[in-house]
Amino acid sequence: MQKTVILGVIGVDAHVVGNKIIAQALKDGGFKVVNLGTFVLAEDFIKAAIETNADAIMIGSLCGHGELDCQGFREKCIEAGKGNIHLVLGGNLVVGKQEWEGVHKKFRRMGFDRVHPPGVAVKTIIADLKKDLGLADGT
Amino acid sequence: MEPDHALFVDFGSTFTKIVLVNLATEEVLGRVQTPSTVETDITIGLKRGLEAIGEVLGGPPVYHHKLATSSAAGGLRMVAIGLIPDLTVEAAKRAVLGAGAKVVGVYAYRLTEDEIRALEKAAPDIILLAGGTDGGDRENVINNAESLRRSGVKAPIIYAGNKAASDKVRKILTAGHKEVVVAENVMPEIGVLKVEQVRLIIRELFIKRIIDAKGLKNAEQFIDSILMPTPTAVLNAAKLLAEGTPNEPGLGDLVVVDIGGATTDIHSIGLGAPTEAGVIPKGLPEPYVKRTVEGDLGMRYNAANIVLAVGKEKFCQQLLGMVVDLDQAVEKLNRKPDSLPGQKEELALDVELARTAARLAIERHAGVIEVAYGPLGQFLIQYGKDLRGIKTVIGTGGPLIFGPDPETVLKETLYSAANPFSLKPKEPALYLDEKYLLYAIGLLAELYPDKALRIAKKYLRRVH
Repeated sequence: MQKTVILGVIGVDAHVVGNKIIAQALKDGGFKVVNLGTFVLAEDFIKAAIETNADAIMIGSLCGHGELDCQGFREKCIEAGKGNIHLVLGGNLVVGKQEWEGVHKKFRRMGFDRVHPPGVAVKTIIADLKKDLGLADGT
Repeated sequence: MEPDHALFVDFGSTFTKIVLVNLATEEVLGRVQTPSTVETDITIGLKRGLEAIGEVLGGPPVYHHKLATSSAAGGLRMVAIGLIPDLTVEAAKRAVLGAGAKVVGVYAYRLTEDEIRALEKAAPDIILLAGGTDGGDRENVINNAESLRRSGVKAPIIYAGNKAASDKVRKILTAGHKEVVVAENVMPEIGVLKVEQVRLIIRELFIKRIIDAKGLKNAEQFIDSILMPTPTAVLNAAKLLAEGTPNEPGLGDLVVVDIGGATTDIHSIGLGAPTEAGVIPKGLPEPYVKRTVEGDLGMRYNAANIVLAVGKEKFCQQLLGMVVDLDQAVEKLNRKPDSLPGQKEELALDVELARTAARLAIERHAGVIEVAYGPLGQFLIQYGKDLRGIKTVIGTGGPLIFGPDPETVLKETLYSAANPFSLKPKEPALYLDEKYLLYAIGLLAELYPDKALRIAKKYLRRVH
């Protein structure tokens, strides 16, 4: 059964290049991709996830406002009846030089199942998602 | 008598209108309007009208075509059901409006017992059941089908939801002795709107089932057939006028403003893509042929609501003291919906009501730009259609056609610097459908599109 992933860039954030690359990589990896593009509100990710009965939401945040934009994302999913959905986050989540370990911990605590550091390889993102969703790794 | 004469009838809720056209010379020979007699027998008013129009010809009338539209007996009343309000519910609602129907109920998520009771009470002519993208959520729509199966709903149900649930939904509804037609999903994927097939099915059901159910079948002794709901014909005419035919150029993207006694409809033909560089479009994609209906903006039944929508104080200011007792004047319009303005005071009130209805209706139809600020500066985000480049606006509907000052009213649909984020037409030519022809054009377009288009262009009067 093909897995459905909702993809998009959260908040007031126009960074579209990475979004397109990841969308293509997910498709090549056998996923059904619902790409909402840039400037996506948390609510719109969740609405699309309900309507498409998605398995995962993959959120990009590149403008440095990740913490603000992603606040309460898991709680909103729970409220919408999608509490168990797999949440993936990546990009430039914070501004300035911060220890990755601390950043990672912070976002994991916010309910994101997988948090990728800046500069992560696309194939790592795909491989991790397959593993997390219990798919055999095709690579 | 030559066989070139074609007759077009519109069974309205208040008036039955008839237009006689000579197809050879492409002339409008006459038009009459008689009170509709839907309550008793639709043919009484129709016969009266036919007699009157026959006199124009001065002999036993022979007509090559006799076609009709209808918005009588409440129009085509539909309910739209979906899952998420901004997604499949909105898609279903747009499909219903685009098919010329009136929306008498909109439901999201799982239908509750109370909602089922309300739905039974609304007694729609057709129900559109959507929910879930293809391969997406099945549970909600299957549950809603179950609720409909158990309900006392008698209307035919069009299923246009998740393809993966269609077999099951059909089985459930058939088991409950409901008439069900399965169509393509109105939203097969997020961000994709597919309403064309649903529109066609609605039209078929209208011809096959609804005409009869509403007691309009009798009329077909005197005319060939009632082909479509009146708003569908107006939408057809708008599309023909915009696109043209292979032989006859159209007018390009356009807007039709139809002000009525109960509602104000706006039709726009065009993609409405951003006309300004750097603007990012968001939200559901806009249908190329879009119709919105403002149920609270009508010149008679809803006169009080028009005043309320802008606030009584502001409305009075606009009237410049022309109306002494506004409440009483508005009450009178609601009590006598077929009244036409006579005195100066009534005329002033009618113009002001029409201006307000036109402005609010186009502002709700047109897209808006929102400004968002991010770390990289300012972004302009567009929701809905950008109509700023539209070159043609056409006004129709009794209150506008027979009203005292159509130009002033139509000017309210223009872009205004006072509200720069509302994407209304900037410099369009304004036309009036002064012969009340658009429904007839929409009907004729099915037979002779070239003739229909030439007649329409000939009889639209430019007012600005």
